[in-house]
Amino acid sequence: MAIDLRYTPEQQAFRAEVRAWMAAKVPKEPLASLDTAEGAVQHRAWERTLNEGRWGMVTWPREYGGRGCNLVEWLIFEEEYYRAGAPGRLNQNGIFLLGPTLMEFGTPEQKARYLPPMAAGEEVWAQAWSEPQAGSDLAALRATATREGDTYVLRGHKIWSSRAVFADWAFGMFRTDPGSEKHKGISFVLFPLKHPGVRVRGIPQIDGETGFAEIYLEEARVPVANRLGAEGQGWHIAMATAGFERGLMLRSPARFQMTAKRLIELYRRHAAAAEPGLASAVAQAWMDAEAYALNTYRTATRLMAGGSIGVEASLNKIFWSELDLAMHRAAMSLLGARAELEKHAPDAGDVGNWLDGFLFSLAGPIYAGTNEVQRNIIAERLLKMPR
Amino acid sequence: MDFTFTEEQQMMAGAFRELLDDLCSPEALRAAAEKRGDESGARWARIAELGLPGVLAPEAAGGMGLGDTDFVLIAEEAGRAALPEPLVEQAGIAVPLLAGLAPHAPRAAEILAQAASGALRVAVGAPGNPFVLGAAQAGVLLLADGDEVHLVERAGVGLVAQPSIDTLRALARVEWQPSAATRLVSGAAGRTAWARAFERGALYAAAQCLGLTQRMIDIAVAYACERTQFGRPIGSYQAIKHHLATVQVKLEFARAHVYAAAARVVDADQRAAAAVSSAKLAAGDAAELAARTGIQVHGAMGYSWEVDLHFYMKRAWALIGSWGDRSFHMRRVQSLVLGGSLPLGSDQTFVRS
Repeated sequence: MAIDLRYTPEQQAFRAEVRAWMAAKVPKEPLASLDTAEGAVQHRAWERTLNEGRWGMVTWPREYGGRGCNLVEWLIFEEEYYRAGAPGRLNQNGIFLLGPTLMEFGTPEQKARYLPPMAAGEEVWAQAWSEPQAGSDLAALRATATREGDTYVLRGHKIWSSRAVFADWAFGMFRTDPGSEKHKGISFVLFPLKHPGVRVRGIPQIDGETGFAEIYLEEARVPVANRLGAEGQGWHIAMATAGFERGLMLRSPARFQMTAKRLIELYRRHAAAAEPGLASAVAQAWMDAEAYALNTYRTATRLMAGGSIGVEASLNKIFWSELDLAMHRAAMSLLGARAELEKHAPDAGDVGNWLDGFLFSLAGPIYAGTNEVQRNIIAERLLKMPR
Repeated sequence: MDFTFTEEQQMMAGAFRELLDDLCSPEALRAAAEKRGDESGARWARIAELGLPGVLAPEAAGGMGLGDTDFVLIAEEAGRAALPEPLVEQAGIAVPLLAGLAPHAPRAAEILAQAASGALRVAVGAPGNPFVLGAAQAGVLLLADGDEVHLVERAGVGLVAQPSIDTLRALARVEWQPSAATRLVSGAAGRTAWARAFERGALYAAAQCLGLTQRMIDIAVAYACERTQFGRPIGSYQAIKHHLATVQVKLEFARAHVYAAAARVVDADQRAAAAVSSAKLAAGDAAELAARTGIQVHGAMGYSWEVDLHFYMKRAWALIGSWGDRSFHMRRVQSLVLGGSLPLGSDQTFVRS
C-alpha cells in the first residue's frame, strides 16, 4: 500500500466496457421526471435494461444480480454512468440504502427474496422513517408494530417518503416495545405499499411534482419475517443505513463533476456578461467537485484496505450538499433574466435543467439528515465536544 | 489505485510529531518569539538527527531518497507545531532544487550532501517571493536572477530584515550582485528548476496549512470544553459546535487536494499546476477559517497574547500569502479550467500525461 493514483489495466478495461454499453443503451432522449407517473414508468423500463446488462448494482454479489465489483470499480461505473447522461435511479432508496443494509443485517432468505428484484428494478423501494413529529429528532417516532403471533400490526403516520407514490415496498421504523422511549424498542420492518391498511398520499413538492408522500398505516398486517435484524435493533440498523446514505453510495462524485463541467460550459457562453466573482465561483466549483472525487477515492481505498466509514459520512454529506447548492446558485446567476424560465418556455435558450437542479439543490442540506444534525455529529463524535 | 499512506509513512510522521511536541511547546515558541526568529541551533540539530532535511535527497547524497508523498506528512506536522526553523523550506524546496541541479552544476552537487544532512543551512529566494525566509541563519542562498539560479555565500549578500507578524519567521529582502561565478544554471534549465521549486513551495505551504488548521481546531475545541458560560461549557452550544464542524469539513476536503497534489507535483505539467493551486487554495482557506473561528470561539481571550492560538494563526496568514497568494492561484485555476487548456470530466481526475 502506498499512494498510487493510477487505474490498473483491468480498471481501464472495465471503464471501456461500461462506456461502450452506455453508449449503446442510454436513451437518446431524456426521460420524463422520475417524480411523475409517466417518468416512473419510463425509469422502471430503464432499470430493467440496466439489469439485463447486469449493471443494476455492480457492487453486489453475482447471486443477487451484481458483479461483485469493488468500490473503485463502482466509482468508475458511476463516472461512466453520469458521463453518458444516463437516467436518474428510480430505485435509489432501495439499491443504495436498503440494499447494503440487507447485505449486512438480512437473513439468507431475506437477501434472496428482496435483493434480485431490487437490482432488476421490479420492486421499487421507499423509505418510511420520518413522522410529522419525528424529523431531525427521529428517535421521537411513534408508529408502532404490535406483535400478534407471527404478524406485526402496523399503525402510524410516516411522511417525506421519496417516490412512495410510485414504489412497491417501504422500509420503516416502528416501535415494537410500546413503553419504550428514544432509541430503544424500535424495529426495522419491511412492508408492501399496495396492501390493506396502507394508504399513500402524494405531497406536491416545491416544483409541483409529487416526488414525496405520506404513508398512513391503519392496522396493516405483515409477517414478523419482514423484520430486519432483531426486535429492538432497529435504531442500530437505521444508523448503519444512514451511514451508507450519507457516506459513499447516495451521492457519487461523478454527479457533481458532471454538474461542474456543465457549469464551466455555461460560464464560457456567458463569460462576457459575468461579473468577475462568477469566474471564481465556477473555478471553486470545479476544485470542490475534484476534492469530493479525490476524497471519495481516499475513503474507498481505505475501506478496501479494511477500514470502516464513520463520521466521514457526515463530513461528506455537508460537503456535497453545499457544493451542489453553490454550483446551482452560480448557474442561476449566469443565466440572469432567463434563470426563471422553465425549460419548455419558447425563449428558454440554454436554461436546460438548471432551474430543476437549483430547486433540488435546496433540498440537499435537508434530506438524509439535515446539515445541522451532521454538524452536531461531527462536533460530538469527531471533535468530542459535550452534548 | 490506492490513496492511502503506508504504515511507514505514518510512523515517520508520528515520530516527528512526538519530537515536535517536545521541541515546540508553547513555552518554547514563546521563548523563540522573544528572540524574534529562529535562533535555536539545538532544535535544528535534533531535527537533523532524524535525517529529515534529507528526506527528498538521493541516498547517494546521504538522503532518504523518498518522495513528495512521504514528505507531505512531515510538512503537515511542521505546520501543526508552528516549527520556527525553516525545515520545510530546506528539505522540501532547497534540497530537491539542489538535487535537480546537481547533474548540471558541480557546485550544487558539492553542497547537496551537507544540505541533506542539515549541516549547511540553505535559504531560497525564488521568483514570486519578494522576501527570503531564514536568510540570516543560512550558510548559503539560492537566488534567482531572471531564469538563472545562483548560489551565493551568506557573507556575500546584504540583508534588509522585514519584521513579520509571525515573529517566528525571519524574513529579509536580499541585496546582492549576480555574477558568472555565482551562476549555477541559466535558460531553460533554470526556468524548469525554479518552476519546480515554486510548485513544491506552494504544495508544502499547503501541507503546513493542514497541520495548522488541525492545531487551531484542537485548541479551540479544548477551550470550548473548558470555558463555562450560562452554567454549561460553551462547547455544548450548537453555535460553537457548528462553527468548528464547518472548519473540520473544510480541512478534510483540503487534505484530499494536498495529498493528491503531492502525488502529482513531480509531473510538473498543467495538471500538476492545477492540483497544486487547488491544494494551496483549499488548505489556505481552511487555515484562514480556522483562525477566524478560533479567535471567535475564544472571545476576548482569543485577542490576547496569553492564549497560544495566535502563533498558529500568524503562521497560517504568512503561508497563505507565500508561494503564490490567493489571487495568483485562483487566477491560475481559472486560466487552466475556464480557459479551456485542461480537459474536463470525471474520467480526467487521475489522468497523467
